[in-house]
Amino acid sequence: MSQKLRYAYYPGCSGQGTSKEYEQSTRAVCEALGMELVDIPDWSCCGSSPAHTVDHRLSSALSGRNLALAERLEGVSAILTPCPSCLTNLKVSAHKMKDPEFAAEVNALLDFPVRNTLPVKSILQAIYEDVGPDALSPKVVRRLTGLKLAPYYGCIMNRPPDIMEFDDHENPIAMDRLMEAVGAEAVPFPLKVECCGASFGVARRDIVQKLSGKLLDTAASNGADAVVTACPLCQMNLDLRQDQINVANNTSHNMPVFYYTQLIGLALGMTPSQVGLEKLEVSPMALLDSLPARAEAQAQAAKKPASKGAQS
Amino acid sequence: MNVIALSHSQDRDFIAQVEKESGQNVSLCYQCGNCTAGCPYTFVYDIPVHQMMRLLQAGQKDTLLSCRSIWLCATCQSCTTRCPNNIDVAHIVDVMRHMARREGYSTEYGVKAFADSFLESVEKNGRAFEMGLLLRFIGKTGRFWTDVDLAPKILPKGKLSPLPHKVKNPEAIAKIFERFRQECQK
Repeated sequence: MSQKLRYAYYPGCSGQGTSKEYEQSTRAVCEALGMELVDIPDWSCCGSSPAHTVDHRLSSALSGRNLALAERLEGVSAILTPCPSCLTNLKVSAHKMKDPEFAAEVNALLDFPVRNTLPVKSILQAIYEDVGPDALSPKVVRRLTGLKLAPYYGCIMNRPPDIMEFDDHENPIAMDRLMEAVGAEAVPFPLKVECCGASFGVARRDIVQKLSGKLLDTAASNGADAVVTACPLCQMNLDLRQDQINVANNTSHNMPVFYYTQLIGLALGMTPSQVGLEKLEVSPMALLDSLPARAEAQAQAAKKPASKGAQS
Repeated sequence: MNVIALSHSQDRDFIAQVEKESGQNVSLCYQCGNCTAGCPYTFVYDIPVHQMMRLLQAGQKDTLLSCRSIWLCATCQSCTTRCPNNIDVAHIVDVMRHMARREGYSTEYGVKAFADSFLESVEKNGRAFEMGLLLRFIGKTGRFWTDVDLAPKILPKGKLSPLPHKVKNPEAIAKIFERFRQECQK
């Protein structure tokens, strides 16, 4: 990390609303890790899922406007966004615009053309690859020992692999490793890349109740105290809709759903309000308060077998 | 089991159009079923993914454009990622949904209304305005009670702004939509 890390930053619409705490903790963590985020001036909506369900030229133009604005910034090495939906739109748009015919159709809708000069990455990818768990670990002032997490990446952070070009498309590990670097435990979670029901919460709530319900059931049965995610929509479905899910499925989950940036922030010594924990629907405070006692119990348990069989 | 009389209903132009718009070779599908096996949405589909692919090979335009599945695909990319013949299945479904829109089908009106409300909000403000798009959706569908139980949870947290966060120059975004409509009319 000798050279300065400087990026064009695309916050995404939900960061100003339903995922404010993700936006807030992302900015705080990036600053603490020496990553400079330069906001794309006057960025606009990427079109999200609705645009690509209507037309691919429209979708690519809405994303493309932001790619073109980012290319005008000085000295940035990549375009970063916290949101997987924004990420996929920006990346798919950049990928499809490598075809000159398609690029011409999209550029005809724009005031200024896309030159496609910068790579697009998630904040997760940048923290994992450009900083890395090994550099993160020594900065930790409050290890989250005793916290068992189900790391949930959502469906589109890593798929399809030839466009997303990050981590493994069936079993991603970036978030697992970062959580381990701050002292937490990532439990096995086979539904890491399953869909939560996406944006059907409003129009077809039954779908989200079924799919997100399965995620919470599996996280709980694998021993997780909480879910950790990198996606605003996944977080909202699992956290804000958890009561709806419980009623529909006759369950009684009370499982906090963190953004991974909130946990990294806490481990770096930030206060709960600095990372927006009070904005989560299912309060994680009792769980976090129980961590010192759990860490103590773990340390005691680890001592016993070590004193018994000291082989080395 | 559904029996299809191919001599009456096979639409070869439809197959060609889907292939052109998606850039995919539809005949590569050999019905292994991997797409359906991994699709989280089969439980709400009227036609599972591999059957959509088979119906597409058979040129069954009306059956496909009027089915619910094309609206209920969330583009989670499971089918595309796991296809052994590298067919971008999710892209094909996206293209069939574009065609269904153009030809006036909307078998899942709520899903279409949500997407429309979202894009109207973007066209007006330059960014998605969550409260506004929810109100638009309710206006279109008359579903007044949509997520009313979430209001007391989310409002005190200050996460749902009553006013849009506009871009500096919303006309720049409106112009993208305007040019798009002009292109479509050509």
